[in-house]
Amino acid sequence: MNFEVEHELHKRRMSKNIGLGVVLVTFVALIFGLTVVKVTDGNVSSAIAGAASNE
Amino acid sequence: MSDTTFTKDEFDAEAEISDYIALLKPRVMILVVFTALVGIIAAPVDVHPFTILVSIIFIALGGGASGALNMWYESDIDSLMRRTRNRPIPAGKIKSDEAKAFGFALAGISVFMLGLAANWFAAVFLLFTIFFYVAIYTIWLKRWTPQNIVIGGAAGAFPPMIGWAVATSGISLESVLMFSLIFLWTPPHFWALALFMRDDYENARVPMLTVTHGRRSTRNHIFFYTILLALFAFFTSFTALGGWVYLGTSILLNSIFVVMAFKIWMRGDRQAEGDNFRVERRFFRYSLIYLFLQFGSILVDNGLGTNFSWGFL
Repeated sequence: MNFEVEHELHKRRMSKNIGLGVVLVTFVALIFGLTVVKVTDGNVSSAIAGAASNE
Repeated sequence: MSDTTFTKDEFDAEAEISDYIALLKPRVMILVVFTALVGIIAAPVDVHPFTILVSIIFIALGGGASGALNMWYESDIDSLMRRTRNRPIPAGKIKSDEAKAFGFALAGISVFMLGLAANWFAAVFLLFTIFFYVAIYTIWLKRWTPQNIVIGGAAGAFPPMIGWAVATSGISLESVLMFSLIFLWTPPHFWALALFMRDDYENARVPMLTVTHGRRSTRNHIFFYTILLALFAFFTSFTALGGWVYLGTSILLNSIFVVMAFKIWMRGDRQAEGDNFRVERRFFRYSLIYLFLQFGSILVDNGLGTNFSWGFL
């Protein structure tokens, strides 16, 4: 049985792969955001301002 | 195995991303997200909005893990019931073992991440909730006793307590009150469903109240529990959780709920069959709106600052 590139199965697998990719990118973004919030003790803007004034 | 050995059935049965989402019981997840959010916001401790977002996502994922593990264990009875036979496992889209692995992996990730994002008390609470739903309710109670929904309902009632724990790292009267609201709401909600699902539970040999004690008794129970819920919800107005908006909402919502339960109590199955369980279906749909509005009123009171500072408790 020969597959065409645009077989419905490929589309389905593509949507699954894209979905998984979105989940992984979101997970990384959440970890990054959480790290920033924890490190700056929830006060991101003043932490950035403090870092700039120390330079 | 090469692709050339696939049959058409295997193509049709291969899972899509929507099947994995269905495994998480997204409608239940909405309830979990909303009540947990109310728990966090109602707590007297400010939490950074991003921490709230991350905590809610992983509490929801923990709820989803419970749903996947529930579908894994119940795939045999799901295939026997009209309501559940199109779920991913009985439909042949996802293998039972795959759902089990998916559920356990999500449970681990959600608990660990909630511990990192919020605190380990909330994380252990989430783990206990997943354990309660899967082991106590799904594996033990559901196939053993008609009280399955009554006791097992605790699993669905924990999310606002977890939300409260995210903010405070503990338990207090307010979080127990929120738990109790959902705990008392669950039985009439599911018994109404059992009434209009007719013989689904009987075919699957699940000892729901309709099967073990009959449909008349189930109607009596719905009415009794709804009165109990209404009284509890009303008197909660005068606790630390209450406020003007909660009080007004509570009077309105519970009056309607009791009237609807009274209608269920007054009629029999012959009448219900005649109109395709119209009253029971309306009661079920209204119960969902009821819970969202009752919990929503707690949020509104918090936002407007209309809480009763003179709460008796």
